[in-house]
Amino acid sequence: MLLRTPLFERHQALGARLVDFGGWEMPLYYGSQVDEHHVVRTAAGVFDVSHMRVLDLAGPQASGFLQRLLSNDVTRLNRPGSALYSCMLNEAGGVIDDLIVYRRAMGYRIVVNAGTAESDVRWMRLQADRWDVEILERHDLAILAVQGPAALSMSAPAFGVPFARITALKRFEAVDVDPPAGGFCARTGYTGEDGYELILSAEDAGPFWDALLKAGVRPCGLGARDTLRLEAGMSLYGHELDAKTTPLESGLAWTVAMQDDRVFIGRAALERQICQGSHPRLVGLVLEDRGVLRAGMTVRSPAGEGVVTSGTFSPSLGCSIALARVPAETGLHVQVEVRGKPLNARVVTPPFVRNGLNLISAS
Amino acid sequence: MSTTIPAELRYTSSHEWARENLDGTLTIGITEHAQRALGDIVFVDLPVAGRHMAAGEACVVVESVKAASDVYCPVAGVILEGNPGLSAAPELVNSDPYGEGWLFRVQPSAPSDWGGLLTAQSYAELLSTSGD
Repeated sequence: MLLRTPLFERHQALGARLVDFGGWEMPLYYGSQVDEHHVVRTAAGVFDVSHMRVLDLAGPQASGFLQRLLSNDVTRLNRPGSALYSCMLNEAGGVIDDLIVYRRAMGYRIVVNAGTAESDVRWMRLQADRWDVEILERHDLAILAVQGPAALSMSAPAFGVPFARITALKRFEAVDVDPPAGGFCARTGYTGEDGYELILSAEDAGPFWDALLKAGVRPCGLGARDTLRLEAGMSLYGHELDAKTTPLESGLAWTVAMQDDRVFIGRAALERQICQGSHPRLVGLVLEDRGVLRAGMTVRSPAGEGVVTSGTFSPSLGCSIALARVPAETGLHVQVEVRGKPLNARVVTPPFVRNGLNLISAS
Repeated sequence: MSTTIPAELRYTSSHEWARENLDGTLTIGITEHAQRALGDIVFVDLPVAGRHMAAGEACVVVESVKAASDVYCPVAGVILEGNPGLSAAPELVNSDPYGEGWLFRVQPSAPSDWGGLLTAQSYAELLSTSGD
C-alpha cells in the first residue's frame, strides 16, 4: 500500500496521473507535463511535496551535533530563519542524502528526501547517541512548493494579511507565518525560479491549496518538477547523488565547508580524494543531434568514459539536455551512446536555465 | 477513462493501429490510449523507407518527456515512408493520434495480414480487461 499525502483526494479529483514515487502515490502530471513546466517558467505553479520528511532538532548540543553530521557548517546560519543546503555523508565521503537545514528560534528544522527518510533518521539517531539532542519526525506536516516569477504576487489572497511577511523574505530565508495560513515559509525551491516552500499542518494544507488554485496558481506534478530542476542544474538524490559518490564528484564542492578544522563525518575521505588529484566531475550536456538523453547512457570522449546521471527533453530549450559524470580531463565535445547510436553533445556548465532565461548559447 | 477507438481501424495488443488504404498499403500509428499513457511526446525516431520489417519488429522509437518507447510493425512488409510532419511537430501524436499524428506507411507482404489484426471491439475488450 502506497502512502498518500493530505492532498491525495484533490489530486484524484483533478484527474492527475498518479505514480509510485519513493513509496508515495504522487501526481506525475495533471494534464500536459510540458505545459506545467512552462507555467512555472512564466507564471506560477504549486507542487505537493508532502512526501518529503520534516525533522525538528532541539537540545543544547544540536549545533555541535549538526556540525559533525553535515558537510556544510550550520554555524553559517547566523540568525533564525536562515537556511543552508548540505549533504550528509558517510565515513567514505559518499552522500547519504542532500537536505536543507533551517535555523529556528529554538533549534533546527531539516527537510530530507522521501525515499531516503527512513535510513536518514536511522543514521542520525545512531550518530546522536552521545549528544544531548532530540530528533522529532514531523509526520503531521504537509509541504507545498509554489514556484514561478508570479509565485509571490499570485499568492497574496491565499495568505491574507501575513503576506507582507512573505514578500519581505530574501532568497533562502524563512519565517513562521500566523494562522489561518499558519506555517513555516521559506523562499526556497527546486525549479530555478523565484517562489517559496510552505510547511504547514496537514489540516491547513487542503484549504491553502484550494485558495492558491482559486487565485490562478496551476497545480503541477513531479514530472515538471524534474525537468525544471534539471534545467536549473540541480541534483536529484539517486541520480547525481548516492552513497558511493562524493559531493566533489557531483558538482557540490560548494556545499562542503572545509576552510577551518571542523571535524565532520566524511571529511577525511574528501581530503584523501583532493590529495589524489583528479576525480570525475559533473557536467551539463546539450545534445546537438536529434534524440533524447536518458540516465544511464554511456558518454565517450578521448578522456575516457562517463555516464549520464539525468537526461530529458528540455521544454525551455527545445532540445535534450543532461547532467553527466565524466573524467576530469573531458573536453568540450563528447559522444553519447543513444539506443545504439553515437550522438554528439556539447559539454556546458549548468545551470541551463535560471529565472526564465536560457543560459546556454546556441552552438 | 473513456478513449476513442475508431471502428474502421485494426489494432494490436501493443497499442498500434493500422488503417488499410485504397492502394493496399497500411498506415500505422499509436492509439489514443497509448499516447495518453506515454505523456507529452517530444521526439519520434522514424524508420527509413525501403526497410524490410518482420511482424512485431520494433521500428519506431517514441520519446516522451518520461521515457523512450518502442513501436512495433503490426505486419511483415516494407516501409514506404515515415510521417514527415513529426520532425517539426512530434506533439501531433498526442493531439491527433489517428490523423496528423500517424507514424509510418508500410507495404504489407501479404494483403490478408491486416484482417488478422484486432478489431476495434476486440481492442476495446483488451483495454477493459487489462485495467490500465
